[in-house]
Amino acid sequence: MLSSVIHVDDLSASYQKNKVLNDVSFEVKKGTITAIVGPNGAGKSTLIKTMLGLHPKLTGNVSFWGNSFKAAKKKIGYVPQRGSVDWDFPTDALDVVTMGLYGKIGWFRIPSKKDKEKAMNALKKMGMESYAHRQISQLSGGQQQRVFLARALAQDAELYFMDEPLAGVDASTEKAIMTILKELKSNGKTVLVVHHDLQTVPEYFDHVLFLNKTVYAHGETEEVFTKDNIATTYGGDMQWVGKGDQYVIQSTSH
Amino acid sequence: MLSNLLHINTLWVMASTMILGIAAGGIGCLAYWKRQNLMSDALSHAALPGVVVAFLIIQEKNLLLLVIGAALSALLGAFFIQWFTSASRITEDTAMGMTLSVFYGVGVMLLAIANRSPGGNQSGLNNFIYGQAAAMVRSDVITMVVLAAIVIFIIFIAFKEWKLFLFDPDFAKGIGLSIRGMNVLYTIVLVTTIVIGIQAVGVILMAAMLIIPAVSARYWTHSFKMMILLSSVIGGLSGAFGTWVSSTGSGLPTGPFIVLTSAAVFTISLFFGKEHGIVIRYIQFKMQQRSSRLDHQQVMTGKGGRSQ
Repeated sequence: MLSSVIHVDDLSASYQKNKVLNDVSFEVKKGTITAIVGPNGAGKSTLIKTMLGLHPKLTGNVSFWGNSFKAAKKKIGYVPQRGSVDWDFPTDALDVVTMGLYGKIGWFRIPSKKDKEKAMNALKKMGMESYAHRQISQLSGGQQQRVFLARALAQDAELYFMDEPLAGVDASTEKAIMTILKELKSNGKTVLVVHHDLQTVPEYFDHVLFLNKTVYAHGETEEVFTKDNIATTYGGDMQWVGKGDQYVIQSTSH
Repeated sequence: MLSNLLHINTLWVMASTMILGIAAGGIGCLAYWKRQNLMSDALSHAALPGVVVAFLIIQEKNLLLLVIGAALSALLGAFFIQWFTSASRITEDTAMGMTLSVFYGVGVMLLAIANRSPGGNQSGLNNFIYGQAAAMVRSDVITMVVLAAIVIFIIFIAFKEWKLFLFDPDFAKGIGLSIRGMNVLYTIVLVTTIVIGIQAVGVILMAAMLIIPAVSARYWTHSFKMMILLSSVIGGLSGAFGTWVSSTGSGLPTGPFIVLTSAAVFTISLFFGKEHGIVIRYIQFKMQQRSSRLDHQQVMTGKGGRSQ
């Protein structure tokens, strides 16, 4: 009954001469929330971008529901890193969320009132309706992240890719985002999240994928989220600092 | 002076620089948010050799053919900039600076050769450097107006596509907008606007027609659509007004007057623009200061009252 949504086979990718992904293979099942974790430069964002065709792949194959990305892209939502766009751009929050509907509206058509309502509903879900007509440059970092999430919700996709949605946001935004992710999961949607905070992995995610240029471990959080897997993924020069049940990693060498 | 306005030829020329200004103002906003203001300067300088080579080949001044020559040479310049940047350690601004001056140098050199050729001296090719709208004949005006109208149409028909492409190209690609296609379209409209403008405004000042209206419009609005509309209006009015001023004396170049007109609009915007204009910001700051001082005083007197 749990069918695979994503098949990744032997995927590799590089930036100029640096190979950042090597023989990456994994499958993701429907209705799961997976955290992609790994050290800086492990290729987490590159993995997502390569799967979505935003970065060229060297080898390998990625399929969604057995189809190519091109055939499946209408059912896929993407939340880029907040820092990837210029927030000085002259537009308001509602307008950014409406962008999530452009694919459905069709090119060279003007968004209708109904589209604006849909966008407004997505903003409401993120608790942002009172900021609908606020300039995006005047939003705080957490609010900007919520706008990005709302845009993805407006897309009404089956599968979501999110690049560090919890990076640098305050506690209430983190809570709001996690509530939405759980809601997506209970609606049978599949979510992949690039994540940096190991401490919250067991609480937030039911699956975890350890990545450092290649896949070190992947599976249900209860089974694979172990000290051993964390240590091997983050490199041999890391050592554990036990603080109760908190996961803290320190580098012993520089 | 006003009698100029009644002259039918002046009206024609003013209409054409106005529609050029509208197109340049609109495309200037796209270039502004693509962070490619300097690129338009490099492209317009790179267009000069193409104009002269086209003239040397056809031996007459047919604006459409000269414009095609200019476009090819500007695209060659764009290709060099792209190629230098991706294939070597040279950064984009260095590549632009080099391409701009080398192409312009070649253009001026070819111009000297063309001016020595029979008929070259009267060809008015020199006008392409500083711009002389009055030198345009009716067929030039028609060529310019038609091409500018196409550019304006492309900008306005794909409003939301431009917005998405400029704000978040990765997301745009994810939902199926062809970024390569948009880049090609952007380069085509940019180069078209530049090359149709160089006879009236000149290769040296053409970039100002794209940059100044866009940055002036930025001071008045927080909406992308309004910014494009305002920028087009500023560009159009500057084009018409600058042309009219230059037509009042014989031999006055058009380009500088258009640029000075839009620079005047920019100065007003910089000080009085409602979004972050210098004066407005100062007034807002002073008002804030006063109100927080009042708050402070109230708090102080309130405290005083309690302690007594």
